[in-house]
Amino acid sequence: MKIHEFQAKDLFRNFGIPVPSGKLATTPGQAVDNAKSIPGPPWVVKAQIHAGGRGKGGGVRLVRSLEEMSKAADAILSNPLITPQTGPAGQKVRQILIEEGLDIDREFYLGIVIDRKLESPVMIFSQAGGMEIEEVSAQHPELVLIESIDSAQGFMPYQARNFFYALDPMPDKKVFKEFSATMTRLYKLFLAKDCSLVEINPLVLTKSGSVVALDAKINFDDNALFRQKEIAQLHDPYEMDELEVKAAESNLNYIRLDGNIGAMVNGAGLAMATMDIIKLAGAEPANFLDVGGGASEEMVTNGLKIILSDERVKAILINIFGGIMRCDVLARGVVKAAKEVKINVPLIVRLEGTNVKEGREILKNSDLDFSVAQDIEEAARMVAKQVS
Amino acid sequence: MGILVDENTKVVVQGITGNEGTFHTKQMLDYGTNIVAGVTPGKGGEEVEGVPVLNRVKDAVDIYSANTSCIFVPPPFAADAMIEAADAGIDVIVCITEGIPTLDMIKAVTFIRKCGAVLIGPNTPGIISPGKTKVGIMPGHVHKQGGIGVLSRSGTLTYEVVDQLTRVGLGQSTCIGLGGDPIVGASFVDHLRRFKEDTETKGVVLIGEIGGTAEEEAAEYIEEEFDKPVAAFIAGQTAPPGRRMGHAGAIISGGKGKAEDKIHAFKSHGITVVLNLGQLGKTALQVFT
Repeated sequence: MKIHEFQAKDLFRNFGIPVPSGKLATTPGQAVDNAKSIPGPPWVVKAQIHAGGRGKGGGVRLVRSLEEMSKAADAILSNPLITPQTGPAGQKVRQILIEEGLDIDREFYLGIVIDRKLESPVMIFSQAGGMEIEEVSAQHPELVLIESIDSAQGFMPYQARNFFYALDPMPDKKVFKEFSATMTRLYKLFLAKDCSLVEINPLVLTKSGSVVALDAKINFDDNALFRQKEIAQLHDPYEMDELEVKAAESNLNYIRLDGNIGAMVNGAGLAMATMDIIKLAGAEPANFLDVGGGASEEMVTNGLKIILSDERVKAILINIFGGIMRCDVLARGVVKAAKEVKINVPLIVRLEGTNVKEGREILKNSDLDFSVAQDIEEAARMVAKQVS
Repeated sequence: MGILVDENTKVVVQGITGNEGTFHTKQMLDYGTNIVAGVTPGKGGEEVEGVPVLNRVKDAVDIYSANTSCIFVPPPFAADAMIEAADAGIDVIVCITEGIPTLDMIKAVTFIRKCGAVLIGPNTPGIISPGKTKVGIMPGHVHKQGGIGVLSRSGTLTYEVVDQLTRVGLGQSTCIGLGGDPIVGASFVDHLRRFKEDTETKGVVLIGEIGGTAEEEAAEYIEEEFDKPVAAFIAGQTAPPGRRMGHAGAIISGGKGKAEDKIHAFKSHGITVVLNLGQLGKTALQVFT
C-alpha cells in the first residue's frame, strides 16, 4: 500500500526524523492562509499524488510571494497532473502540501527496501540525491552504497559510519550524529510499521548544518495491514481506478490495463500467463483478474460483473483450471453470473481439470451464448479473432 | 527417488482443525499420504479424519516420528508455526498459508535455515512426488509418476503445465511450488541442486514469473552446473511495472524483475524457453526425448 508524502512526513515526525514545516491545503485560498504561518517566503507547493516524477510534470513549484502561491496552487489543483508514472491521462490533484523553502547545501539519497536475494532489509545511501536512484545505480554504481541489516542486530552505528566516511567531499564531522540518528530512526520506522520501502530523496544538508527529509515516500507490506490498523486508514481510494476499488471490495485481485479483451482466470500465475497468450494471439488484455485458486461461484459472478462494467471490453475470455475447485461448480457460477448481468460481448470459455466434462455439459445446456475452447491456445485465438 | 518427499514421508498437519486443514487432510489421505498427526493448540485429544490431534509439533515428532509438516495456520500465527516445526526437528516444512508479513518471513527463514530444515513456501500449493505422496493442495489426479522435475512460483499455472506434461506422456518425479511471496524458503537453485543428484529425474520444467531475480540465478546455475535438460516458461510478459500481480512477490520494481530479462537470461544461457503456454507439453516432449 502507498501513502502520500504529507502522510509519510507525519510518520517521520512521530519517529523524530526532521522534516520541513508544512501544512496541507485543498484550495488556493487555504494555501495562502497556510503559508502565512509557515516560515517563508520562499515556500514550496507540492502536489499530493502517489505517482513519482511530480517535479517533471509541474507538480512541485517554488513560490516567492503570496500572489505566486495562489497562482501555483490554482494551477496544480485545476488540471490533472501528468508525470512519467501517471500515464497520458494524468492524475487529478486534490491536495497540496505547502512547505517552507530551505537553503540547501547538499542533497543525498537514503532508503530502505527488502532485498529478496539477501532475505533482509537493506539500507541504501548515495551522495547523488535528487535523482532517480535506479538511474544513479545504472550510471554511477560506485555512488550507491548498500548495507544489509541483520534482523537480530538491527542497523549498527558502524554501518552509518560506512556511509558517512565514504562521502566525497566529507561534510563537517559534526553533522555525522544527525545523519546516523536519521538512519537509525528510519530503520525503526521501517520495522514498527511493516514497511516494504521507505525513501528520502533528497535528504538534504542545509546551509545552517541541519539534516532534513525534503521528500518522503513509504510503501507498506499489504500482508501486514491486519496488524497496522492506523496505517490501513491512510489508504486513499481516490488514487485507485474505480473498478479496482470495486474489485477490492469483493476480495478480487483486479488490475485494469489498456486493451479490450476482458480476462477472468483462477490463480495469479495462470492469469498472467493468460494475458500473455492473449497478446501472443495478437490482441491486448483489458485487465488482470485472478478470482483465486479455489474460486467460489460468488467470486466468479463478481469478477464477471467487474469486467462487464469496463466499457472498453469487446470480448471476454474465461480460463479456469479446475484443481481442488471443480469445473462443474465454476460452470454453474458463470451461468448464474450471465443471468444476473447482461453479457453483450462475445464470451469464450476454456475449462480444464477436475469434472471438466460435467462443466462443459452445464455450459452447453445453458441457453447462453458461449463459445467453448478446447485448450488455452485455441481460447486465445478465438478471443483475438473477435476484435481483429 | 524424487526429492524431499516420498513413501517414507510422515506428515503432521498444523492447523488441521480449520476448514482448509481438514479438507486437504482428507484429500491428502485419499492420495495415499501418510499423515501421522495433526496439531491445533488447545484441541489436543480430538480426531480429524481419523488422525490424532495434538497440542504441540514436538509431540508429533516424539510420539509419531513426523518428519514433514504441512501448515494451514492463518497468517498472524504462521511464522510461529513454521519456527515451532523447525525447532521440533521437522525436516521438510511446507507452508500453504498466503498473506504472511514479509518481516515475519525474514525471521522465520533465518531460524529454519539455522535448524537445517527445508522450507517450501509460504503461499505455495506444496510438493508432490506422484504415486508416492502429496504434501499440499494440488489436484493429485493430473499428475503421473515419471522422470520430470517441476519447479514453479505459481499454483494453478503449475497444474496447467503438469496436465500438459501428463497428456504428452511425460510423468513427474517431484513437483514443487516455491511460493508466490517475496521471501520464500528455498530457491530454484536450491531445488535444482537436489534434482541434479536425483537419479529418477531426467529433466526439469521451470516455471517462473515476474519479480525478483531467482530465475536469472537459476539460468546461470543451469549453464554452469546442471547436466540435465531444462525447459522454462515465464509468466507476466504483459504485466505493467509497479503493480502487484496477485502474488505478493510478482511485482516489477525499480526496473528489476521483468519477464523479458528473465527470458533473455534463460536464452543467453542456452536454455529452451517456451513463449506460448499452449505449446509447453509439445515443446517439453522435444526437449526431453
